[in-house]
Amino acid sequence: MGDKSMTADEVVSRLASGMTLGIGGWGSRRKPMALVRALLRSDIGDLTVVSYGGPDVGMLAAAGRIRRLVTAFVTLDSVPLEPHYRAARERGAFELTEVDEGMFMAGLRAAADRLPFLPVRAGLGSDVPRVNPGLRTVTSPYEDGETFAAMPALRLDAALVHVNRADRLGNGQYLGPDPYFDDLFCEAADAAYVSCERLVDTAELTKEAGPQSLLVKRLAVTGVVEAPNGAHFTSCAPDYGRDEEFQRRYASTPWPEFAARFLDGDEEAYREAVQAWRKEGTDVSGNG
Amino acid sequence: MSQATADGDCGASAVTRAEYCVIACAEAWRGAGEILASPMGLIPSLGARLARLTFAPDLLLTDGEALLVRPDGTPEGWLPYRQHLALVAGGRRHVMMGASQIDRYGNQNISCIGDWSAPRRQLLGVRGAPLNTLNNPTSYWIPRHSRRVFVERVDMVCGVGYDRAAGLGVTARFHRIPRVVSDLGVFDFATPDHSMRVASLHPGVSVEQLREATGFVLAVPDEVPRTREPTGEELRLVREVLDPRGARAREVPEGVRG
Repeated sequence: MGDKSMTADEVVSRLASGMTLGIGGWGSRRKPMALVRALLRSDIGDLTVVSYGGPDVGMLAAAGRIRRLVTAFVTLDSVPLEPHYRAARERGAFELTEVDEGMFMAGLRAAADRLPFLPVRAGLGSDVPRVNPGLRTVTSPYEDGETFAAMPALRLDAALVHVNRADRLGNGQYLGPDPYFDDLFCEAADAAYVSCERLVDTAELTKEAGPQSLLVKRLAVTGVVEAPNGAHFTSCAPDYGRDEEFQRRYASTPWPEFAARFLDGDEEAYREAVQAWRKEGTDVSGNG
Repeated sequence: MSQATADGDCGASAVTRAEYCVIACAEAWRGAGEILASPMGLIPSLGARLARLTFAPDLLLTDGEALLVRPDGTPEGWLPYRQHLALVAGGRRHVMMGASQIDRYGNQNISCIGDWSAPRRQLLGVRGAPLNTLNNPTSYWIPRHSRRVFVERVDMVCGVGYDRAAGLGVTARFHRIPRVVSDLGVFDFATPDHSMRVASLHPGVSVEQLREATGFVLAVPDEVPRTREPTGEELRLVREVLDPRGARAREVPEGVRG
């Protein structure tokens, strides 16, 4: 059994421009932000990004790395509209494939099941087919004769997800209330990279949590990255909540300024820049 | 009416517009039985919890994350996003969504303003609206009724309206939009062609004011009912139990309009 541990930069070295990249988490929750930051440090672009979008999409869109985005929404949750995503979309910076949340899940499910599509009772009647002219329908072969949207498989070249714990073999554990769709992203991908808050021995995974918390199986994982605070500033319950103050800063700062201050260096430099910013904020408010 | 009481701010003080909105939202779940109430936004959330505490005791509520909870917050089930989407497909749910635009047949838009291929304003995205509207009852809550929201034609159909559903045959057999609640009134689609109709006006709102704020011609019955008064117990629950800090008044401020 192989040790799959690697660094975020090693993950990025296995990615390439033009790839279809799935990013786990949901909105501004448990996003693999350390991996996204590593991606931003590279010159990889021309990506097709598949995501229930949050700041992962906002940052990659603002940095001009996205050629096509597949999503049902992009939000920061406590900030309903993602400003950098909006700005990029409004200036026509990338193509959008907009599908419904349930269609999106069916697409991942189909990819994981090695099916070309799955039927879903969603999309018809709405403008989703109008903006996805390639979307086909399928008619039930049984007596009911009902027509469904045939959601095509969302097969991914690579998936990036973030979990609470993992072992070096690639078994990933979530300890928060929601698995989101991270295991599906991994199963839908040719290569899956899992970052985690803490790398632990396999035996430690089930010491304090039940086996049902073992979300991601090693057979679906290519690489594991220990990335403490690796979802920052999105939430990673129960290890930490969303950094609302920093998220507000992200949302209200022009992208070039934010990127120059926080994303120019490596992950260590990012942490230091966030700390310096926080110190500055408390100094200004005077209530330390 | 205006007489102050010694034992607090409940009881005698006048019912606010926000409180009529809570009652109107709560009524959406009357008789719903043992299904999931999915309210989006503060006023629908207060409405769902009020319904659960009074006339719809079998309702299931979420904490807005992955838990099913009793009104006091006690968990009674697990409902992560994936199961939530499955529950939508199964239909045992009545969601009350928001709408950036809505038209006379109940087509709803939360995706973008302007031409989708080059939007003037990018909004959230279609989210689960297409899935919701074909699979379970879907109502809408609009905190500020205006011509910008109640439009002749929405820019991007996310939630499916009655005219669109009519063309889908059996695929749309679960389609139903029970009601639209705004800060001016309650609306349904109980007309021959399923176009939007005034079901009730909140006290203090005139038909003229409503017409002025709506970008299409609403069906108006000869006698327009008023949104019903809350009972004393309902007011107590809203004011003392569900929203003691008065957040409802921030979503629907008093005295802003007629």
